[in-house]
Amino acid sequence: MANSTHNLAGKVGRRTLEFMSELGRFTKLVGRVISEIGGIFQDRGLFIQECVTLGVDSLPLVLIVGLFTGAVSGWQGHYQMEGYLPFEFIGPGTFKAVLLELGPVLTALIIAGRVSASIAAELGTMKVTEQIDALETMAISSVRYLAVPRVAAMTVMMPVLTAQAIFVAMLGASFVCIVLLGMTSNQFWGLIPNFFKLYDVFAGLFKSLFFGLAASLLGCYIGFRTEGGAEGVGMATITAFVWSCLAILVIDFLLALMLF
Amino acid sequence: MLTRLGEQITPETLFKMIEVRGVHRSFNGKHVLRGVDMTIETGESITIIGQSGCGKSVLLKHLVGLMVPESGTITVDGRDITSARRKELYEIRMKFGVLFQGAALFDSMTVEENISLGLRQHTALGDAEIANRVRECLTLVNMDGTQKLKPAELSGGMRKRVGLARAIAMQPSYILYDEPTTGLDPITADSINDLIIHLNQKLSVTTVVVTHDMVSAYKVSDRIVMLHEGRIIFSGTPDETKNAKTDIVRRFVNGEADAQSYVITSY
Ligand SMILES: Nc1ncnc2c1ncn2[C@@H]1O[C@H](COP(=O)(O)OP(=O)(O)OP(=O)(O)O)[C@@H](O)[C@H]1O
Ligand SMILES: [Mg+2]
Repeated sequence: MANSTHNLAGKVGRRTLEFMSELGRFTKLVGRVISEIGGIFQDRGLFIQECVTLGVDSLPLVLIVGLFTGAVSGWQGHYQMEGYLPFEFIGPGTFKAVLLELGPVLTALIIAGRVSASIAAELGTMKVTEQIDALETMAISSVRYLAVPRVAAMTVMMPVLTAQAIFVAMLGASFVCIVLLGMTSNQFWGLIPNFFKLYDVFAGLFKSLFFGLAASLLGCYIGFRTEGGAEGVGMATITAFVWSCLAILVIDFLLALMLF
Repeated sequence: MLTRLGEQITPETLFKMIEVRGVHRSFNGKHVLRGVDMTIETGESITIIGQSGCGKSVLLKHLVGLMVPESGTITVDGRDITSARRKELYEIRMKFGVLFQGAALFDSMTVEENISLGLRQHTALGDAEIANRVRECLTLVNMDGTQKLKPAELSGGMRKRVGLARAIAMQPSYILYDEPTTGLDPITADSINDLIIHLNQKLSVTTVVVTHDMVSAYKVSDRIVMLHEGRIIFSGTPDETKNAKTDIVRRFVNGEADAQSYVITSY
């Protein structure tokens, strides 16, 4: 009994230490990304290429996420307001929910999860096949050449993708409300301008910028520290996905405290 | 033809060599390098031999600062690379070309992009000049014409040769070869040996080769050293190596297994 308590304490202690040193190394990578951010100008092609890849590859997913998020919000809004509030409030309600939470968070969970996993897989493979060593021996900083373009592209593209998702979500919601639930177009859209605040748009997109930043940094960090062949790469992929999803949820909460 | 960039005489040139002093390194409690001492003189061609897993590749990575020793120092041309800052380390690495054991080609890039990456990053050469240099390097390893292929489309031996072309593209003054002839047919292997000798003698590139291939070791080296149980236990010319008295060296170069390494159970 005493022994197992002891073991448990030891285990918790060790895990805590591991986590702290992990956090330290992550912070170090963040520091290096910041100090080498000028690399996007030196290798502009890499940055643009990453932006295009991200934007184009993610578009179908963004459209689907946006469409269904909006559709279900419209339907739920209708269900919840029926008998309590005039239907005119469904439009603004859906808009706020989609703009502030559902759009940024769901887009981030799906896009950022997917992208950070793919960054981790790509960099992890490069790590275990010594390609990163090769780059470094050519006096090319792996952070500048590999991490900076990915992090910058993801941070820039996340708000763009989120904006697209929000737009499509509103189309989805209006489709459900007007076509399926028989509201008039004016009923759905009419009150939205009255509730529109520029601050909300800013807040929603600002959040998504952080989600993109966090997810891509985690993908790079986990990719760079990959060890142990194909198995290691598989692990890195999963770890990156899970960690970036957790990071997004935690950051969402912290930003909510700060922004609203 | 490849020529070395003009070199000035600076205090640095007086210490042109690699010195490894008391280097220790372990992985997860496994003590791989246990006090390696080694001097690599400028212009010489040195071969490191030793059993599989004894730490030869690890030692090579220490020479370019990819791995950092737990204790000991490594100086390149008088500069300690174990304590160098990143910028200084990159300056030192510019002098090196490395052929990795698995070639380590960038698999998202074509052969041409692999070889030209260093040139594009570090020189102001135009596209035509770069294409020329790439062709020269590929011709040296007998691979001209593969410019547009991706590494996945190449055989293991071809990849190794492209890796070699990439290592020489920046005209380094040190080239580290990790098993340059492993996986090549005898004729290609011999042409690689000739290339190593050519670079070493004509362009006075300091050469460090890691290999198990004794034919290659005898042919390309001025000096052969053996890494065993984490230390350099032997150093000598190819002739001295052939006639080595030390049991471990003699058995290694003649390819004789240690009788004790078999557990002979009685039936
Ligand atoms: N990154 C690493 N993490 C953990 N252990 C490592 C690492 N790199 C090397 N090792 C260990 O160090 C030892 C030496 O490895 P190294 O690759 O240098 O051997 P080698 O002499 O080059 O062998 P070979 O001739 O088969 O290439 C091995 O036991 C290996 O397990
Ligand atoms: Mg090796």
